[in-house]
Amino acid sequence: MAERGFQISRLPGFATVAIGAFVLLYLPILTLVVYSFNASNSVAVWGGFSLHWYADAWANEDVKAATVRSLVIGVSAAFLSTILATLAALGTTRRRAFKGQTLIYVVINQPLMVPEIVTAVALMIFFGIIKVATGYQGLGYLIAAHTAFCLPFAYLPIRARLESMDLALETAAADLYASPWQTFRRVTLPLLAPGIMAGAMLAFVISLDDVVITEFVKSGGQDTLPTYMLGQLRRSFTPEVNAISTMLLAVTVVLLTAFFLLTRKKD
Amino acid sequence: MSDTVTISARNVVKAFGQGAGQVRALDDVSVNIRQGEFFTLLGPSGCGKTTLLRLIAGFEMPTGGTILLDGADITTQPPNKRPVNTVFQSYALFPHLTVAQNIAFGLEMLGKPASEVKARTAAMLALVKLEAMAGRKTSQLSGGQQQRVALARALAPQPKVLLLDEPLSALDLKLRKEMQIELKRLQLETGITFIFVTHDQEEALTMSDRIAVMSAGKIQQVGSAKEIYIHPKNRFVASFIGETNFLHGKAEAGALRLGTGERVEVPGLAAGGEATVSVRPEQVRLVLPSDGLKATVGALVYFGTDTHCHLHLADGTEVVARLQSPATGEAGLAQGQAVGLRFAEGAVQRVED
Repeated sequence: MAERGFQISRLPGFATVAIGAFVLLYLPILTLVVYSFNASNSVAVWGGFSLHWYADAWANEDVKAATVRSLVIGVSAAFLSTILATLAALGTTRRRAFKGQTLIYVVINQPLMVPEIVTAVALMIFFGIIKVATGYQGLGYLIAAHTAFCLPFAYLPIRARLESMDLALETAAADLYASPWQTFRRVTLPLLAPGIMAGAMLAFVISLDDVVITEFVKSGGQDTLPTYMLGQLRRSFTPEVNAISTMLLAVTVVLLTAFFLLTRKKD
Repeated sequence: MSDTVTISARNVVKAFGQGAGQVRALDDVSVNIRQGEFFTLLGPSGCGKTTLLRLIAGFEMPTGGTILLDGADITTQPPNKRPVNTVFQSYALFPHLTVAQNIAFGLEMLGKPASEVKARTAAMLALVKLEAMAGRKTSQLSGGQQQRVALARALAPQPKVLLLDEPLSALDLKLRKEMQIELKRLQLETGITFIFVTHDQEEALTMSDRIAVMSAGKIQQVGSAKEIYIHPKNRFVASFIGETNFLHGKAEAGALRLGTGERVEVPGLAAGGEATVSVRPEQVRLVLPSDGLKATVGALVYFGTDTHCHLHLADGTEVVARLQSPATGEAGLAQGQAVGLRFAEGAVQRVED
């Protein structure tokens, strides 16, 4: 193809700018990972290779508790938001266009647009009222809050998958004697599964690294891994935080890689 | 084939949209399709042929009228309750299932016992000669193989009627010719009523027992390929099926008076008003100028086995004659030459406008 159109990759200095951007993006992360193996207890001065911060983090009861809490909240929020997002995606693609459809999109994607700090303050006040009224202090508030802001992240890949699906497949299933439920169970759901998995993983990752909303909504002793690390910042800051961050990074990279593998276009 | 009616559409109307923007995709269509016949709905895109097929399948509900299957009203029955299966234009094969699982799908949904599902799936694989492909994913098959899987999947539940929505349009010419023969064979072997939708008149002529020619949401004519070709009812049918020449003039008793003042015999034509007749190019004979309609030779277009000779009558009307190629050489036709035209016996057909 002899296309003479504008191509940004032909601009002078393209490679230099690209390499510079990648260095800026990844050099700090690389530093973080490297210093997590630092033998000295400074986050800035290299004192030789050691795994003892990993051992320390592993032995730290607070870190363990925060990790378990993060996983419970992340898994619950990912599970609930994915179910809601699947229903929402089916409701907005598998029927005739209706009045107020755009409004529905806006409402579902609201957490992407409203400043997180506003949601956080609003949830703190709202849950405060409920806490006073019911006396319940458990993790339910954090799970509910995380479910709400994870919803658009689960919804978008599921909807994209549904929209790219050939509607004739569902028509064909109905033509071959499948009831509406059987059509969903045997054709729509299996074809939608990669989108649902992708949505759930993205929701989990988003929940796992949330700080702002969690910080406002949590009750005493309900630190998640990110809010625990934020708390450490105010006290002694050791490479233990680097070690925890590196492990979080590893989990996120694995999940995001799986996400891209699931959502990439076939053929 | 018998005279028993399998599908009967009665005064079917299908409108899309509301108010002034409303479009009638089907406008009062009535047709009877007989048991075991290969019936083709033929027409240009937008004529309503696919809409009629979708109404018979149950994918859409008519705005008015009824559809009967073996005498029972199925107008409002959902598609999964109708003993009718469809071969889709896009094939719509399930990408997450293997060839065999695709074919077994309908039988499983009908709740057939596993042994029967297995036996029938194997029989269908043999029928379309894809035994070796049973375990493959459908995306690993060629276009022609996918087409055969779609056919086997739709035939496996032994429907009363098989609906085919332009199933050959995605195939190349050679494969399409093979599949035409294959389809005809499957129809004869299974004895199932086939309703075939196409815009390709040649496909319709070669495969169908009967053809319904459609245009603008109405059925223009129903008949065998021969009937429709030889006795087209109106201008649309005459020009859509094959090529033809139209001659227009004043109707006299048993003849048409052309604009040139010459007469063309039209048996049975009653005097009064204007009339149009159709004459197929292969029915036009060239004779000496004194023995027929006076005409001048225009362009000669060579097609291999035959040559199209464009002729102009005295009033400018163009008539195309299809002549077997050697004849042109012998007759030594040349542009500008004066000739006479005669039409073969029974070739002049009166058509409605």
